Amino acid sequence: MSYLAAIKPIVRKSRENRTIVVSLSILLLIGLLALIGPWLSPHHYASTDFEHSFVGPFAGDWHLFGTDDLGRDLFVRTMLGVKVTLFVAIIASVVSLGIGVAYGAIAGYVGGNVDAVMMRIVDALYALPFIFFVILLMVVFERNFLLIFVAIGAINWLDMARIVRGQTLSLKQREFVDAARLIGVSGRGIIFRHITPNLFGVVVVYMTLTIPQAILVESLLSFLGLGVQEPQTSLGALVNGGVGNMERAPWLLLMPAIVLALILLCFNFLGDGLRDAVDPKKKT
Amino acid sequence: MSLLDVKDLSIRYTDKPVVNQLSFAVAAGESLGIVGESGSGKTQTAMAVMGLLPANAATGGSIRFDGQEFLGSSDEVMNRYRACRVAMVFQDPMKALNPYLTIGDQLRRILLEHKICAPREAREGTLAMLKKVGLPDPERQYGVYPHQLSGGMRQRAMIGAALIGEPDLLIADEPTTALDVTVQAQILKLLRELRTQSNTALILITHDLGVVAGNCDRLIVLDDGQLLEHGATAEIFTAPSNERTARLIACSPRLDVTARISSLTGGAKPIVDIDNISVSFRERRAGRFGHLHALRPLSLQLAPGETVSIVGESGSGKTSLARAVLGLIPAQSGTVSYAGSELPGLVQSRPNKVRRNLQMVFQDPANSLNPAMRVAEIVAEPVGIHQPKTKKADRNKLVSEMLRHVGLGPELQERFPHELSGGQAQRVAIARALIIKPKVLVCDEAVAALDGTIQSDILHLLQAEQADAGLSLIFITHDLSVVRQISHRVMVLYMGRVCELAGNEELFKRPKHPYTKALLSSVPVPDPTADPQDVPVAGEVSSILDPPKGCPFHPRCQHAVARCTTEIPKLESVNGTRVACHRARELDLSY
Repeated sequence: MSYLAAIKPIVRKSRENRTIVVSLSILLLIGLLALIGPWLSPHHYASTDFEHSFVGPFAGDWHLFGTDDLGRDLFVRTMLGVKVTLFVAIIASVVSLGIGVAYGAIAGYVGGNVDAVMMRIVDALYALPFIFFVILLMVVFERNFLLIFVAIGAINWLDMARIVRGQTLSLKQREFVDAARLIGVSGRGIIFRHITPNLFGVVVVYMTLTIPQAILVESLLSFLGLGVQEPQTSLGALVNGGVGNMERAPWLLLMPAIVLALILLCFNFLGDGLRDAVDPKKKT
Repeated sequence: MSLLDVKDLSIRYTDKPVVNQLSFAVAAGESLGIVGESGSGKTQTAMAVMGLLPANAATGGSIRFDGQEFLGSSDEVMNRYRACRVAMVFQDPMKALNPYLTIGDQLRRILLEHKICAPREAREGTLAMLKKVGLPDPERQYGVYPHQLSGGMRQRAMIGAALIGEPDLLIADEPTTALDVTVQAQILKLLRELRTQSNTALILITHDLGVVAGNCDRLIVLDDGQLLEHGATAEIFTAPSNERTARLIACSPRLDVTARISSLTGGAKPIVDIDNISVSFRERRAGRFGHLHALRPLSLQLAPGETVSIVGESGSGKTSLARAVLGLIPAQSGTVSYAGSELPGLVQSRPNKVRRNLQMVFQDPANSLNPAMRVAEIVAEPVGIHQPKTKKADRNKLVSEMLRHVGLGPELQERFPHELSGGQAQRVAIARALIIKPKVLVCDEAVAALDGTIQSDILHLLQAEQADAGLSLIFITHDLSVVRQISHRVMVLYMGRVCELAGNEELFKRPKHPYTKALLSSVPVPDPTADPQDVPVAGEVSSILDPPKGCPFHPRCQHAVARCTTEIPKLESVNGTRVACHRARELDLSY
């Protein structure tokens, strides 16, 4: 399999790249904590305890990050927020990856009028004001967790499609595509066996950069009150809640904000590291 | 005392030494050739002298220029010497000239930067230099950007930029490699003339022994960063003391060899019949669409087991011909027939059964091998398409046999193309084409990017295949020595038209078209005793967007008469050769 073949050297080089190893480890640690943290804590994310509202961090009874105005444990809620945020971001990125790569590769490979029409559709979708689009969605359908994926995926794939199209246009000029035609490879075979494996590097890098973008969009939606609903939460919703209590209990803002910043930084560093790792000219 | 004194120079990157304990000297006014194949460290040596090595290069030894140590000197010190004392000409003037500055500006800035003359006189000085390097109409070229000049003119401008500071030493790194052969002869002559006028020492770096033979007093031969040989040019050519040098000289291109080609059985039906094929591209110029006629109608029949070489300079239409025959680009008119039946125009619409018979080897294997596939996958892919029922074990066996056949060991199967050397990668490309047993192989500059010794190995491989399997070859190249070695017939193209189509022996001994003659005479002879030839043909290929009226070659032809400027010559038979020249019957251009 040529996809596997394309991945292997990247994995090998990634292992030797410190930026990748460190940022990926931190991300995995946070992800793991988000999965098993709430199990270890004696508190539940939705259980209120009005006697212990606004408890500071590390102030006993296992309230690691303290509690909020309703006395809910912030650590458990932050971990839930991480889970929701990462879930939204990864699903949205995979959606944008699937649509974007297929759309861009076809437009770029077929070219001509098909390409022109397909890319004008992308341009038209770009022109849609995003927030307006989301609010419209929320009004027409009810507020729905799934809708957030749709909304984020719907904008992210546009960028991906453009990037993949550009790459495909230059790849199809390469002589190995001519050579493939001469030995009798079909159009589909050329797109999937010869062109897309070579897009891999760009796509991986771009994806690690769209994940933080999706996280930010989700945070923005939640911050505006358009995202997930109580008692469910996300990092954006937590930061929003924290802003309201900033003077009385700054940790409500700080804790989720630090975690959010850490995740964003790690994804950005991961993208940078991968960009070096997928460059075939850079030998280790 | 010598001008430049290099002692025990070593250059290494991390663990990899690229130059090892190299010592040589250049006296004032002397010319030294540095010869070697790619990776031999010749460019690194030049960069070290100019102080242009990248920061991660570790150096040892010493480079003294006129008493000043260069190695490890700061840019401040180096800049006192660069341009005024030592200057360099690079291989590709398109990359070495700043695309945002006019030619005049680039040269003038050197004068001003190094305070070589008063600012008032800078323009005058620049114009004088442009004139000296043979740019016609210097006043106009002064305000022209690099991309508006032809390749040869750009290189002249580059040489002007190097010489404007009147340096004592000029380093020219492959100054003619990117140029057409007729232009190469002009540039080499220019360098010779300029050196006789001023007493400039020259270091000429090249892979082509023909280039150094007539231009250098002494030679050093490098291989893998080691000094192989050092001595007077004539001595090294006549009695090389080293086996590697001897092989380098033996493999250097020359025209005075006899062709080693198989004889053809006459009367066989042509396997490929190209009938009046032409190619044109739609070009947008100044907002309007026009046609660029890359290839004018051309016919050619290829017999089974025959090699026909297509020769021409850049813009001659040779690659367009190859691509149109294979159906990679649409032909504007004409047809291609294979074994008597006409083929659909584009490769996508040709049935796989026919498609397999016509294969191609491209110039640059780095571009023609999929970088994401392993060697074994690349070679196995055609088998999977044409014999889908082959079992996996059988397929692997076929692949290893094919790789062995082209001279590659099994250990390379799991490698990616970028992990191969140029020669190995080209063998993989050949293996991919040959594994489905094609009847016709089109080679588009298939050996142009390879070193001399590897080039000759690849040619042997192709000829062996031809002898064994009766393969027909269409060999597209600009390199006449390659043509001489392998072709049965040769077709010379100029600006999309056929000049001459003749048998190998006939064409090289008795050329009938002035352009053929010019091409043959432009090839530098790897023989220091031969007189450096005069420039056989002036000027450069006219713009294909604006072809001259009449015979396309007439502006450069020394035999042109009035008729040539108005009437396009037809391809006619003259003494068994097909020639397109009005004066073919009266001129005698034989050697």
